[in-house]
Amino acid sequence: MFKRLISLEWKAFIRSASAGKSIGLKILMVFLGLYFTLAFLLIGIGLYPLLQEYFPGEEPLYIVNRFMLLWLFAELSYRFFLQTLPVLDIKPLLILPIRKRKVVNFVLLKSLASFFNFLPLLIIVPFGIFNIYKNEFPVSSILAWMIAMIGLTLSVNFANFIIKKRFTDNLKALIPVVLIIAILALLEYFKSFEISFWFGKGLNEILTYPFLAIIPVLLFLFLYKWNRKDLENKFYLDATLNKGEKSADTKEFLWTRRFGELAPYLQLDLKLIWRNKRPKTAIYMSLLLLGYGLIFYTQDTYQDMPGFFVFVGIFMTGIFMMNFGQFVPAWDASYYPLIMSQNIPMDKYLNAKAGLITFSVVVLAILSTPYVYFGWRIFALNLVCAVYNIGINIPLLLYVGSFNKKRIDLDKSPFMNYQGTGIAQWLVGIPLMAIPVFLFWIFYKLISYEAGMAFLFILGVMGLLLRNQAIDFIAQVYKRKKYAMIEGFKQKDN
Amino acid sequence: MITATNLTKVYNGTSVLNIGHLEIPTGQIFGLVGNNGAGKTTFFSLLLDLIQSTTGCIFNNEITVGQSEAWKPFTSSFIDESFLIGYLKPEEYFYFIGDLRNQNKADVDAFLANFGDFFHDEILGKGKYLRDLSKGNQKKVGIVAALIGNPKVVILDEPFANLDPTTQIGFKKIIKELTENGDTTFLISSHDLIHITGVCERIVVMDKGVLVKDIITSEATLQELEAYFSGAHFLED
Repeated sequence: MFKRLISLEWKAFIRSASAGKSIGLKILMVFLGLYFTLAFLLIGIGLYPLLQEYFPGEEPLYIVNRFMLLWLFAELSYRFFLQTLPVLDIKPLLILPIRKRKVVNFVLLKSLASFFNFLPLLIIVPFGIFNIYKNEFPVSSILAWMIAMIGLTLSVNFANFIIKKRFTDNLKALIPVVLIIAILALLEYFKSFEISFWFGKGLNEILTYPFLAIIPVLLFLFLYKWNRKDLENKFYLDATLNKGEKSADTKEFLWTRRFGELAPYLQLDLKLIWRNKRPKTAIYMSLLLLGYGLIFYTQDTYQDMPGFFVFVGIFMTGIFMMNFGQFVPAWDASYYPLIMSQNIPMDKYLNAKAGLITFSVVVLAILSTPYVYFGWRIFALNLVCAVYNIGINIPLLLYVGSFNKKRIDLDKSPFMNYQGTGIAQWLVGIPLMAIPVFLFWIFYKLISYEAGMAFLFILGVMGLLLRNQAIDFIAQVYKRKKYAMIEGFKQKDN
Repeated sequence: MITATNLTKVYNGTSVLNIGHLEIPTGQIFGLVGNNGAGKTTFFSLLLDLIQSTTGCIFNNEITVGQSEAWKPFTSSFIDESFLIGYLKPEEYFYFIGDLRNQNKADVDAFLANFGDFFHDEILGKGKYLRDLSKGNQKKVGIVAALIGNPKVVILDEPFANLDPTTQIGFKKIIKELTENGDTTFLISSHDLIHITGVCERIVVMDKGVLVKDIITSEATLQELEAYFSGAHFLED
């Protein structure tokens, strides 16, 4: 049966409309994959000698254990943002004589093949072999330690799914988790109760009593079963439907009326965002990532590298722009024929989208004003970045959207369709951020910080002045590609 | 109102539509009948500029479809569920379509008041999103939305499918009423011979992309069509 499911998956992959397209993106992903593989492998090989050099007299393995909890937390964070959840269209499978558990197991086991599970192995295995070679511990202890580490990695894999699902299903359910983490982090910071220290101690015990390695493995099995139970309960067509019926949203967004003839489109887009999980997540993401500046502004290292501040500014004020804008017009994929045959002029349609995204940039720019605490220069730069986003990046994103022929299914939420954020999504953001960083950097090096700011500002304002021409041009491109887009959006893949 | 000349559509070397000449005068209720793959939906999609014709063109009120978009304000259609916006409530969907056709909320409300029986109390004011309605109710919403704003051309693909018997009969009455003053052209396709002969003034039969019969509806039409589809012609093939 598993063989059949795998062959189904394979066919879905190679026969989908998007296969073969966006090759550039795929090449970039492969390249990044190779890069990280190499980087992790080098760390894995170099970890032992490096630790010996920086912590002379201490046992490298104990040091690794000491920092393990922090690493696991970091791993969970980056998986949260980068790893997509496995998806399978269950509807056709529901009526076939396949046991639910088989399908659920298949989906979950499929997730094990993820690149994110492969990376830690590149550190665990070489580091373990190094330890065996150095002969500080019995071979059985090291093997037990390696098993424990793999168990922890896989636990993170499945813990991530649970958290990610809660995050999209019900944001409030996450509050206790965030609180506990915050409290533990504070205790750690003030050194009153260092959980990571005790966690490390616990891991050290595995070296003495190898059979303790069973605990992480049990944890992994527990999380796996939890996921499985969760999914089995959702194995009904109406599992997602019931909720929607109860809470049909009554918000009418009447205030959009003042935007005149763009009002109906704006209302539609706001409802789109508000009533569908995936675009709604983009909003939460934007608010969450407003805190991104704290990482950079507080570090002394970056004070001499204002290029990073441009990156942060573009990112913080444009995160919704990137998350939402790059899927214009795919958000409307399920009713694109309506949009194309109704009395909707293309330029109005695009202007409404641009208007909405502009609004988001303005709001995020306003919300980022507290960063004035780190100085007027940072504050001013953030505003300049917002202007640049509005003037240059928005038309750019809308233009790129015309190449997008992949459908986004809002209506039928396929089994576990909590995707929303995956690596591919972030990669599209690179040119949007790299170009202004580069331009700023040139002016900063040649003239001054202010000159860099002024240049980005002028570019943004120019883009804003030429907005109508740009939209007209993009509308022409959309019209030319109309038939291919309608065709592409018709293809449903999971 | 609508003229198609030398219209062909070829997919990978297979011709799916080949219409030499077809003219539909203003105010006609035009029915299109044919088995699966006859080219009905292809013809409607071409008419709405959703696909590109291989050769030839369609004129909608003397506007060349595919070159200009000026036909959009007076043409409305419901082809399939991709004409519905799943995350809207039926009322909101009607208002949205109304907005696009210059009808304000009050206009739309007044218009919808005529459809109380048709909706059978299952659609308005239920607080459900369109995606949560049954297929039949979705179809009702799509059909009624296509009638908002006095369009001159209404294109409906298989409007009778999925409707319950009461609504099918009610729908026929509605079309008759709307076309009384004679300036709305209806294009309807169907597999249901009884309904389509009951409502259409003219019926064109298509087979494998070609027009094979063009009948002005009369008492004898239903029998003629039944004879055509059950019999002789298909057995010869």
